[in-house]
Amino acid sequence: MIRFLLRRGVTMAVTLLIISALVFFIIKLPPGDFLTNQIAELRAQGESASIAKAEFLIQQYGLDKPAWQQYLVWLGVMPGPNGFSGLLQGDWGWSFEFDKPVVDVVGDALWLTLFVNFAAVIFIHVIAIPIAIYSATRQYSTGDYIATFIGYIGLATPNFLLALILLYYLNRWFGISIGGLYDPQFAGEPWSWPKIQSLLSHLLVPTVVIGLSGTAAMIRRMRANLLDELSKQYYVTAKAKGLGPTKALLKYPFRMSLNPFIADIGNLLPNLVSGSVLVSLVMSLPTVGPILLSSLKSQDQFLAGFILMFVAVLTVVGMLVSDLLLAWLDPRIRMGGAR
Amino acid sequence: MEAPLLSVRQLTVDFHTDAGDFRAVDGLTFDIPKGKTVALVGESGSGKSVTAQAILQILSKKARISGGSILFKDPTNGAPVDIAELRPESDAMHALRGGRIAMIFQEPMTSLSPLHTVGDQISEALTIHAKVDQGEANRRTMEVLARVGFPDPKRALRTYPFELSGGLRQRAMIAMALITRPALLIADEPTTALDVTTQAQILDLIKELQGETGMSVLLITHDLGVVANVADEVVVMYRGRIMEAGSRDDIFRNAQHPYLQALMRAVPRFAMGENERLTPIREVTSSALATAHAPERVQPAGPILKVEGLTKCFTLRSGWFSGKTREIRAVNKVDLELPAGKTLGLVGESGCGKTTVSKMIMRALPPSAGRVMFDDGTGLRDVHQLEGEALTDYRRTVQFIFQDPFSSLNPRMTVYELLTEPLRIHNIGTSDGRYERVKQLLDMVGLDQRSLRRYPHSFSGGQRQRLGIARALALEPRVLLCDEPVSALDVSVQAQVLNLLKDLQSALGLSYLFVSHNLAVVDYIADSIAVMCRGYIVEEAPKSSLFRNPVHPYTQALLAAVPDPDIDRPLDFAKLRADRFSNPSEWPEPFRIQPGEVGHMKEIEPGHKVRLGAVTAQEAA
Repeated sequence: MIRFLLRRGVTMAVTLLIISALVFFIIKLPPGDFLTNQIAELRAQGESASIAKAEFLIQQYGLDKPAWQQYLVWLGVMPGPNGFSGLLQGDWGWSFEFDKPVVDVVGDALWLTLFVNFAAVIFIHVIAIPIAIYSATRQYSTGDYIATFIGYIGLATPNFLLALILLYYLNRWFGISIGGLYDPQFAGEPWSWPKIQSLLSHLLVPTVVIGLSGTAAMIRRMRANLLDELSKQYYVTAKAKGLGPTKALLKYPFRMSLNPFIADIGNLLPNLVSGSVLVSLVMSLPTVGPILLSSLKSQDQFLAGFILMFVAVLTVVGMLVSDLLLAWLDPRIRMGGAR
Repeated sequence: MEAPLLSVRQLTVDFHTDAGDFRAVDGLTFDIPKGKTVALVGESGSGKSVTAQAILQILSKKARISGGSILFKDPTNGAPVDIAELRPESDAMHALRGGRIAMIFQEPMTSLSPLHTVGDQISEALTIHAKVDQGEANRRTMEVLARVGFPDPKRALRTYPFELSGGLRQRAMIAMALITRPALLIADEPTTALDVTTQAQILDLIKELQGETGMSVLLITHDLGVVANVADEVVVMYRGRIMEAGSRDDIFRNAQHPYLQALMRAVPRFAMGENERLTPIREVTSSALATAHAPERVQPAGPILKVEGLTKCFTLRSGWFSGKTREIRAVNKVDLELPAGKTLGLVGESGCGKTTVSKMIMRALPPSAGRVMFDDGTGLRDVHQLEGEALTDYRRTVQFIFQDPFSSLNPRMTVYELLTEPLRIHNIGTSDGRYERVKQLLDMVGLDQRSLRRYPHSFSGGQRQRLGIARALALEPRVLLCDEPVSALDVSVQAQVLNLLKDLQSALGLSYLFVSHNLAVVDYIADSIAVMCRGYIVEEAPKSSLFRNPVHPYTQALLAAVPDPDIDRPLDFAKLRADRFSNPSEWPEPFRIQPGEVGHMKEIEPGHKVRLGAVTAQEAA
C-alpha cells in the first residue's frame, strides 16, 4: 500500500510537471505578453508614467528573459529577480490585469468555485440516483418514460440558456435577483452569518443550472448500469435468501453499479470548473471561470497559468482519490490483479 | 401415509413477452415427500427452472403463475400454505423464502456477490430470518462453514467469493442455504458447472446434510447420472408437462414413455460396445456427408501432430498495491502424439492446463519451453518457427471448435457471413464458389440452407455449435482442436454433435484433439486418451486399456467420480471424500511428485504410459 502510494506520488509529480510546461508555453505561444501589449497601448496614448511602471514590472518578473527561463522561474527551480520564488515556494505570481497578487485575485473565487461545484455534484447525485433506481426497477413503465423524457430534455438544453430563462422568470415572478452569489451589499464585506445566508439562497439556481445536464447524463448511465446488474444471478440469490426488495437492491446491484461513477470522480472536478464558465458569465458568479477566460484573453500569464495548474492538480488528485475509493469499495481491485 | 411437504397441483406459469405469450409450465402436478429427494429432469427449456422459481415466487417480471396451487406444509407449524396465493413481496413469502425453502444455483461463480465477504453473505441469510446479533450470527456461520467442509471457517468469514475455487464457492452457497435449517432445499443444477470429482463431493455433501436435518431436496438437473445416484423419486419434464414420474427404480428399470427412453439412450456410458452409436432424440440427417470425401493430400508417415516437452509458465501479480509476482507452471513438460485420422482425448479438471495446451498447439500462445511439431506430409516442422506462407498454411490446416456456442459466434454477422469469413480471410474462391461451399458446409452439419440469412441468436445451442463446426470445416482443415465442444449442451444435443464429429472424421479423414472434463464423452469419441492433472500428463493409453486398467490414482479417482445413469453402479462417495487425488505431492508412492520435480513416464503395457515420481526414477537408473 505504501509502495503504491509512493509510486503514484512520483507519477503524479511527473504528470504535473509536464502539464505545467505545456500550460506555460501554450500561454506564451501568441506573440508578446500582457505588459508589452499594454506598453504599446500606453505609448499610443502617450502616458509615460504608466509606461515606467510597466517597464518596472517587466524587469521585476523577468518578462524580458527567454521563455524557458521565465518558465523555470515561475516554477521556482531557478532564481528570478527575487531569488527562488515560484509555484513550488507558494508564490503564485502577479496578475498584471488586476494589478494585484494572483492569490488576492483568485482567493475567494477559488473557494466559491469549489463550493458551487461541490454543491452541484451533491445535487447531481441526490437527484439522479433515486430517479435512476426508480426507472431501472420499473423499466418501460410510464414513470420510466417520463424520467427518460425529462432526462433527454436536460441533456439537450444548453445550460447558459436555462440560466438566462431562470434569470428572467425568477425575477419577473418572484422578484428574486439571482445574479451573483450573494446580495450586492455583501460584496467585499467580511464573512458573516447574513452573508452566508445570502450565499445559500443564491446558490440554489446556479447549482440547478450547472448540475442539470450532469444529472440527466447520470440518470441515463446509472439506469443502464443498474439494468445490467439487475439481471445478474447474485441478485436472484439475494432475493432467494428472503431479503426485502429495497434492501436486496441497495446492498447488491446498486453497490455494483457504483463503480464507474467512482472511477469518474477524477474527471468530474475539472469538468465542473471549466464547464461552468459560460454559466458563471451569464449569471455573473464570482467563480474562477470568468477570471480564467479574461486572463487568457489578455495573456495575463501568471494568473492563467495558476488557474490551469489548479485544475490540473484537481484532476490528478481526483484520480488518486477515485482509485483509492475503488480499491476500498471493490475487493476484486484491492486483492485481484490476476483475475 | 404422511402428508407431503410440498404438493404442486396443476401449476401453470405463463410468460408474456413482446414476441408473444407462451406457457412455460403447463398443469404440473407432483409431490415432495418429507426427507426425500425429488429430481426434476429435462432438457433446457423444459420448464424445470421456472417451476423452482415459481415455488420461491422469484419468477421474472414477464412470468406469472396463472393457475394451480403450491401447498407447503411446514413440519414446524401445521397449517398448509398455498404459495401460489401469496404475493411475491408479502411478509409471509419473505419468511418462507430463504427461511423455510432455500435454493442453490448452478453458477457458483456468479451467484455470490463479489463485493461482499462470504461471511457477510451467509450470516445475512440467518439475520433476516432469526433474531440474532452479529456475534451469534458469525458463530453460527462458522459452524455451518465447518460443516460444509471449509478447512478454516474463521478465515472463510472474511474471504471474498473470487478467492475460492468453484467447489468451495458451491459449498458456501450450500452453507448459505442451510444456515436457516430449511425444510426444503431447491438445488437448480447444483453441480453442472463443476468438475466430476467436485460434483461427487457436493452431491455427497447434500446427501449427508439431508440425513442430518431431515430436509427434503428438489433437485433440478439434466444429468441422468446424477439422478441415478441421489434421487428417491424422479419427475421427467418436457415442454412444461410431466412425461413420466415415479420412484427411481421404476424410472431407470422400467422407463415407459418414449421420451424418457430416448433420453436414456442419448447419454454416453462406459459400458457401451465398441461400435455402438448414441441415439439422439432428434436425429440430424445430412445428404452431403455421405458423398463427402477428404481432398487428395500427402499423408504424413508418422503422427500428424507431435508435442514435445511443452511447458507454459504464467506470471501472476499477487495484488494491486504490491509489486510481488508469482510464477505458476500451467503446463509441465507435456508430450503428446496425434496420429492422422485419429482422435486423442485430453481429459482433466478445470485449471489442469488442457486448454492452454490446445492454445499453444494453435499458436495462440507461445510456449515457455518445448516444441509443437506438425507434419503436412513433408516431414515434421516446429509450428512456432513457421513464418509467412508456411504459417498461413498451418493456420488453414488446424482449426478450433470452441466450448461456448453463444459467445463464439459474432451476433452481428449472418450465417452466410460467418461461414464465408475464413474463405475471405484466406482469399479462397470466387463469391459464387464461396456460396456453393457454404451451402455444402451447412448441409454437412445438418442445417437447412434457408438459415443462410439468419443471425446466430435465432439458433439453439446445438445448432450454433454445428455452425461453429461448419465454420471450422470451411478451409478443409486436417486437424480440429475441440475444446469442450459439448460441455455447454444438453445430453440429447450432445449426442447429436458427438455423432456429427464422428461422421465428419470418417468422411473427411480429420484428426481431432478432443479436450474435455467428461470421461464418458471422451470414451465415446477418442481412440487414445491422455489424462492431465496440474499441468502434468499423468497417464496416457489407448482407451480400451485406460478404462480396463487405470493405474494412476488420479485417473482412478476421475473414473470413480463419473455418475453413471445406471442404478446398479452407484458412485463410491466414501472413496471420493478425501480431496487428495489432485495434489501431486500427496499421491501414494510411486506416483508422488514433489514440487519442482517432473517425474517420468513409464510404459507398463504397449501404448499405456504412467507418470511416476522421481524416487522410482532414481531407483530405476
